[in-house]
Amino acid sequence: MAEGRANEAARHFRFRPAALSAPVVPAAPRALIGCGASPPRPVRQRADMAAGGADKFSVLLPTYNERENLPLVVWLLARTFRESGINFEIIIIDDGSPDGTQEIAEQLVKIYGSDKILLRPRARKLGLGTAYIHGMKHATGNFIVIMDADLSHHPKFIPEFIRKQKEGNFDIVSGTRYKGNGGVYGWDLKRKLISRGANFITQVLLRPGASDLTGSFRLYRKEVLQKLMEKCVSKGYVFQMEMIVRARQLGYTIGEVPISFVDRVYGESKLGGNEIVSFLKGLLTLFATT
Amino acid sequence: MTKLGQWLCGLALLGSAWAALALAPPGLRLPAPYRQALLPLPVYLLVAFGCYSLATVGYRLATFNDCEEAAAELQEHISAARADLRRRGLRF
Ligand SMILES: Nc1nc2c(ncn2[C@@H]2O[C@H](COP(=O)(O)OP(=O)(O)OP(=O)(O)O)[C@@H](O)[C@H]2O)c(=O)[nH]1
Ligand SMILES: [Mg+2]
Repeated sequence: MAEGRANEAARHFRFRPAALSAPVVPAAPRALIGCGASPPRPVRQRADMAAGGADKFSVLLPTYNERENLPLVVWLLARTFRESGINFEIIIIDDGSPDGTQEIAEQLVKIYGSDKILLRPRARKLGLGTAYIHGMKHATGNFIVIMDADLSHHPKFIPEFIRKQKEGNFDIVSGTRYKGNGGVYGWDLKRKLISRGANFITQVLLRPGASDLTGSFRLYRKEVLQKLMEKCVSKGYVFQMEMIVRARQLGYTIGEVPISFVDRVYGESKLGGNEIVSFLKGLLTLFATT
Repeated sequence: MTKLGQWLCGLALLGSAWAALALAPPGLRLPAPYRQALLPLPVYLLVAFGCYSLATVGYRLATFNDCEEAAAELQEHISAARADLRRRGLRF
């Protein structure tokens, strides 16, 4: 699998220059999410907690040189889950980061416990697509959350995802920067234009039924994610897009929650180069083959 | 059918309908005024789609949210996280 850079380029194109038996939780007054401050921390009621009680959420955190971000994102995740009384585990897939990400991850295990934080490192940088597959093998939850570990994706949205999932009994809930209160921070006009333009072309050509194809902040039913991982041929750069396109083909339902995407504060972007070319290639491949 | 296939089908359908009406042999022609209107139709449609695209992208670009508050809030959360983690013995 020639994954390395190509894969990265793909994700990148998210643009820098994305219950069952339990009674449906009465839809909480649609808290303003997205750009605003986080929704007033819900004073959860017992019933509400019970609703999530049977479910377990496994968060996959792929990391490569995220020494600074990792503890912060884990702290936010743990706080969010505890405050909403949700059963969770965090699976950290580190690809032998030279910056000591693993050392800090080990400290986190000591603080939070090895039942909450699972380290499933790999020896070297093998790319994101396979990192998800690797992490999923170790997941014990019935739902899986995929997000970046660089603080671009704020864990505060996960309860929203969960609420949305229950509301429509969705197979997938995707964060979207392009709808409602969703948005970005730290992007200049050019990057916004490319992002909007590429999104428009994608919508016209693929009509995917979801507004943010290149984002990677999503909630999946575990078996759905497994199935999709099997189906998705492009472990490369088109990965996130293909997941949604295939999901539609297989008849899975997709819910959307607006999210704010804040450009990474710490650490270096691992990407660059000809993202636009990679993106267009990926888009055309999907256009011609799905 | 692939998306490409769908597009080709759609275009072929519209294209042949247009060709049949606009380029029909003299005997089967539509009345002149209709034909006059029909001949440049593909170009009009193309231009209209182009305008629609530009307008849509422009509008969405202009209304793309800048999440200032989210960024500020994240900074607060980062400070809180650092303080708490340090208290719990994390060596950054
Ligand atoms: N395990 C693993 N994680 C990776 C790899 N490449 C990237 N990541 C992680 O995947 C997430 C997203 O990667 P980013 O570098 O942030 O990509 P991006 O969000 O498109 O671009 P920037 O935020 O601008 O850097 C981060 O948590 C990275 O640490 C990889 O090869 N292996
Ligand atoms: Mg990132």
